[in-house]
Amino acid sequence: MNILVCISHVPDTTTKIKFSENNTRLDTAGIQWVINPWDELSLTRALELKEKSGSGVQKVSIAHVGPASTEPTIRKALAIGADDAYRVDTEARDAYQVAANLAEVVKSGSFDMILCGIESSDYNGSSVGGMLAEFLDYVSVSGISHLDVENGEVHTTRELDGGCEKLIVPAPFVGIVQKGIAKEPRIAAMRGIMMARKKPIQLVDAADKEPLTVIKEFEPPKPRPACKFVDPENPEELIELLQNEAKVI
Amino acid sequence: MSVLVYTENWDGEFKKLSFELISFAVKLAEEMQTEVVALSVGKTKDEELKKLSQYGVKRILKVENEEVDQFDPQIYAKVLSEVAAREQASLVVMADNNTGKALAPRLSVRMKAALASGVSSMPDSLSPFVIKTRAFSGNAFAVTELPTEVKIVTIAQNSFDLVEKPSEAVIEDAGVDISGMKPKTVVKEVEKQTDQLLLTDAEIVVSGGRGMRSAENWAPIEELASLMNGATACSRPVSDEGWRPHEEHTGQTGKVISPNVYFAIGISGATQHLAGVSGSKYIIAINNDKEAPIFDAAQYGIVGDAAKILPKLVDALKKAKSA
Ligand SMILES: Cc1cc2nc3c(=O)[nH]c(=O)nc-3n(C[C@H](O)[C@H](O)[C@H](O)COP(=O)(O)OP(=O)(O)OC[C@H]3O[C@@H](n4cnc5c(N)ncnc54)[C@H](O)[C@@H]3O)c2cc1C
Ligand SMILES: Nc1ncnc2c1ncn2[C@@H]1O[C@H](COP(=O)(O)O)[C@@H](O)[C@H]1O
Repeated sequence: MNILVCISHVPDTTTKIKFSENNTRLDTAGIQWVINPWDELSLTRALELKEKSGSGVQKVSIAHVGPASTEPTIRKALAIGADDAYRVDTEARDAYQVAANLAEVVKSGSFDMILCGIESSDYNGSSVGGMLAEFLDYVSVSGISHLDVENGEVHTTRELDGGCEKLIVPAPFVGIVQKGIAKEPRIAAMRGIMMARKKPIQLVDAADKEPLTVIKEFEPPKPRPACKFVDPENPEELIELLQNEAKVI
Repeated sequence: MSVLVYTENWDGEFKKLSFELISFAVKLAEEMQTEVVALSVGKTKDEELKKLSQYGVKRILKVENEEVDQFDPQIYAKVLSEVAAREQASLVVMADNNTGKALAPRLSVRMKAALASGVSSMPDSLSPFVIKTRAFSGNAFAVTELPTEVKIVTIAQNSFDLVEKPSEAVIEDAGVDISGMKPKTVVKEVEKQTDQLLLTDAEIVVSGGRGMRSAENWAPIEELASLMNGATACSRPVSDEGWRPHEEHTGQTGKVISPNVYFAIGISGATQHLAGVSGSKYIIAINNDKEAPIFDAAQYGIVGDAAKILPKLVDALKKAKSA
């Protein structure tokens, strides 16, 4: 069984987000780029499964759609332990285009399980995984909080609104993972970093697909009014404000 | 033309969420000078379906085939695309919850329909269709144009008010042809959280962080929540420590919620935490460090020891309730 982990490259979660060119572009000055947190966790789980004896997982590959400038992120994923990588050399403009390109990677290889995160912390679309599955006409399971392989059979738990379900999933499929999939992201060790330098990154030609959406500009959220402080000796005042000023309780 | 709303029922019952979807769609359809059609998948009683018409929908289509007993995104996307095509929907509306996240992207590819997810405001313009979507974990909105003929919008829960508009609705069988489509996954076990207010449905949320010091100190948080018919939540370290169940963790790697009121008690307000709660209408912070970043996001704050303040707050609330 071969696993493909789709990796998105996003600003570090503590980065101050700013825009340039009349708020039409992300200002990348000073941004620290990282592997999307969900993707780091699904890579971690994929590697755990590969190491689990009898799981039948032979190889863990990663795929990323992005220009050459994203290679440090790909190398980082290789250093964490992925066996090889695919990069589609294009700057996709929306989730649809990303998914169309990932579909080409999937078709070019032989993967039984394709993992995506529930959302990228940049455009928060929660879209790529489901779109990829539809392009491929594969089964998709969203909201996976637990993933295991036993004797070549894939077991997952998926979270639904107000409950969860344990499923057995036939391969090939696209799994969209969320909280619970792995505890802590695995960190690259020195040896991994050395080995990553020699691991192959296969370039894939971009698919000929136009995006479906167009981002016109970015808008910062409305600034919140300054905080009103209430005397800690007098919490009645807070209740009174919530009832009569905010009118929310 | 029409606006198609994908409503959701849990064991045959609708929750506020579906009425929010209808209210949003009815308002939009008026501006677009078109009609709203509601789609209900799974077995429901007609009386229950009629509840949707309280919010202004006049046509309700239902799909009760056995093929939809299990939630299979492939089959559901086919149902939705068939109905959307037949109803000549120019817009499909669904919730930005687990179901919407599983279905909307599949539908987008199936129908070549542009998708805007996590929407919390009405469109900026209808033609061209431009709408704001959540971006950078709540640190910005992406003003996005959907230029395709069919468009899909998923909306954030608790972002649109319910608007009552009682009307007479016709209920029809959607008559989709999915016979022979079988879910390919096998369900081994189902666990349901019943009789419990879900964090994502709650309008008031009382949340505790590491400043609460230990699991034993949660009683006043639970009491506050229950006095206000709210739900309880927590920061990530709290659920990591096992002080609270994982379903309660809010933030970038937990649940993203937008209640009317979010009490952040002993929570510092890290960006990753705010990413999950910045959509709340009011944030109220209780923290003993007046420099804590949570106060930058809060409208009301109390600086002090939560252990001392909470019992007083509970008393004050009880008094206010009985007054
Ligand atoms: C990739 C990534 C993703 C993350 N995702 C999330 C996420 O989804 N959700 C999340 O919450 N975090 C997340 N984090 C962690 C986040 O960065 C913070 O570490 C976390 O939110 C801090 O939790 P806290 O506020 O409970 O604890 P602390 O930061 O320790 O804050 C405790 C607060 O309590 C106050 N306090 C202490 N004693 C008292 C008292 N007696 N009375 C009143 N106040 C008191 C302190 O002044 C302090 O402000 C993530 C981190 C990373 C790197
Ligand atoms: N450029 C990309 N290359 C590869 N995978 C991606 C890319 N963008 C998003 N993904 C995958 O899709 C998931 C969800 O992203 P999104 O739909 O953008 O919120 C991520 O967690 C990744 O697994």
